Amino acid sequence: MAYLQGNMACVEGALRAGCDFFGAYPITPSTEIMTAMARRMPEMGRTFVQMEDEIASIAAVIGAAWAGANAMTATSGPGLALMLENIGYAFATETPCVIVDVQRAGPSTGQATRPAQGDVMTARFGCPGDYEPIALAPWSAQESFEMTARAFALAREYRMPVFVLTDEIIAHLYETLDLDREIEVVEHDPPCDLPPFGDARTCERTPMPKFGEGRKLLVTGSTHDERGRRRTTDPQAQMRLVERITKKIERDRKTLAETESYMMDDAEIALVSYGASGRSSLAAMTQARENGRKVGLLRLKNVWPFAQEKIRDIGGGVKKIVVVEMNCGMMRREVERFARAEVVGCHKVAGEIIRPDEIIEVIENVSA
Amino acid sequence: MSVPDVKKYLRSEAMPTLFCTGCGHGILLHCLLIAIDELKKDYDNMVFVSGIGCAAWIPSPHMAADTLHTTHGRPIAYATGVKAYRPDLDVVVVSGDGDIVSIGGNHLIHAARRNTDITVIMANNKVYGMTGGQQASTTPHGCITLTTPQGNPERDFDTCRLVLGADAGFVARETVAAPRNLIKVIKAALTHEGFAFVETVSTCVTHFGKMNGMPSPEAMIANLKEKSVRGTGTDLLTKPLEDGRFYTGIFTSGAG
Ligand SMILES: Cc1ncc(C[n+]2csc(CCOP(=O)(O)OP(=O)(O)O)c2C)c(N)n1
Ligand code: SF4
Ligand SMILES: [Mg+2]
Repeated sequence: MAYLQGNMACVEGALRAGCDFFGAYPITPSTEIMTAMARRMPEMGRTFVQMEDEIASIAAVIGAAWAGANAMTATSGPGLALMLENIGYAFATETPCVIVDVQRAGPSTGQATRPAQGDVMTARFGCPGDYEPIALAPWSAQESFEMTARAFALAREYRMPVFVLTDEIIAHLYETLDLDREIEVVEHDPPCDLPPFGDARTCERTPMPKFGEGRKLLVTGSTHDERGRRRTTDPQAQMRLVERITKKIERDRKTLAETESYMMDDAEIALVSYGASGRSSLAAMTQARENGRKVGLLRLKNVWPFAQEKIRDIGGGVKKIVVVEMNCGMMRREVERFARAEVVGCHKVAGEIIRPDEIIEVIENVSA
Repeated sequence: MSVPDVKKYLRSEAMPTLFCTGCGHGILLHCLLIAIDELKKDYDNMVFVSGIGCAAWIPSPHMAADTLHTTHGRPIAYATGVKAYRPDLDVVVVSGDGDIVSIGGNHLIHAARRNTDITVIMANNKVYGMTGGQQASTTPHGCITLTTPQGNPERDFDTCRLVLGADAGFVARETVAAPRNLIKVIKAALTHEGFAFVETVSTCVTHFGKMNGMPSPEAMIANLKEKSVRGTGTDLLTKPLEDGRFYTGIFTSGAG
């Protein structure tokens, strides 16, 4: 057993999964990840770079990935905003990499040391154009460890950037965790000569090639065909590229969108939450049950892809769904699109955790 | 002197190039390939990184090597990642003036400061060619562009001086009007250990020459020949010339 804060748990997860390139620019509340990496990566013979800004950080990460790395960066909202154009490049070029975003109160510089969950839509829609992200939302140090590791596996498997969306609370929360849990160590793809950007007709994964193998790779963020040749006015090529990077996630959405249910079987009020707010929700649920309220909790382990089937399947016994999150209702809107019961928000944008009693209050209001 | 056949370095399907007739970027492409050939470089061990712009097309798709055609302004940052992870690869950035020193200037000075072991070849046609000819940070004072219809009220960067200020170890300038010299300079840059910067003064007849009294490729080449003044040594850069004349040569090739 170890006793670590969430940020350190991310570091351990990344190292165990085989992260061998880290590039970043310091920003609260993610900085501990970077400073730990600065020490640990060279010790392990792996590469650490501090870049001149977040644009350069994500660019270096993507460059390293094409050189063969399991690469990662860590940032917070303002840094994520700077990265977006190049994250879009990673989606378009099917480049595996991991982005840990420790959410803080925004917009803009906001409250640097205070928590929020305001980046969920930045991850979802921040880049121009169509894409389908994967974003994992740990609610503990244990999950920060496991999900950061899993992000590397998913990035390889789907050949795309994968977000780990934590928040200031989870990042700085010290907890005991088990570092001996089995972690998938990410293997590099063996060299092959399949087209680097897949079969034109399917979204099947093709192995991630790398520089220096004589492949004469053409990598471009402009619309391209399966061999990377620019096709910037060909409607078919445009459709194919967008389909290729979106279908793979749509196809696997049900298995990718993991959730965890607590006392949902007889629930009349269902809380839906994620990350640090999920912890408050669980506490509120337990308390409400003690008060005789039939409350359950559906916790989203991934915010993206969204667990829309699970939301739709919330049983007929549920009269109200309460979405608990530290923003003005970003995921609530998503829940509303699929829920059969009435949806109510329990939102707080005070740069503070949502306390269980605040959730109880909403529960009491909707029960009345 | 015979010119080596560089066809083997090119993707045949990408030829002929999409550059306008008389574009200086084609000359730079040719000179770069001759330099690679004369140095007997292991082409499979080279990675060519570019941003967005006409100049960014010099490597991608033309060069039959590993190429990373990135986002506007960021190729040096991408190249830094490639090189940091695989120091054994030979990493060369080829991109435009808009890309390298206008939008991407920050990455340029930091790579120079870090002495990142890459070669940066900036094709300086003094304008944003691809977007139709707007002012770049390299557009000389007084020049007409789409966004400076009354003449550029601003000064331009002397990018060689800029990277020298950031302690770049290898700094050179040459023009596409002097291909033999350009090949020599590129060869020296490619063999330099540490950060090497080559400003290649190129031509955009379509979106710069025509607006500035040089309506043909020939007029642009003649202008480059007339305005360039050969020299070496870093102190040259502290004494800018009058009348649009500029120094060419290897200003420094010392340690970074
Ligand atoms: C972020 C972003 N901003 C603007 C553009 C539009 N854009 C494309 S190429 C270019 C200028 C290219 O100029 P330069 O690098 O000098 O290359 P040239 O075409 O002159 O060879 C611009 C502004 C873009 N592609 N991306
Ligand atoms: S627009 Fe200018 S830079 Fe672009 S290809 Fe034509 S001549 Fe060359
Ligand atoms: Mg230009």
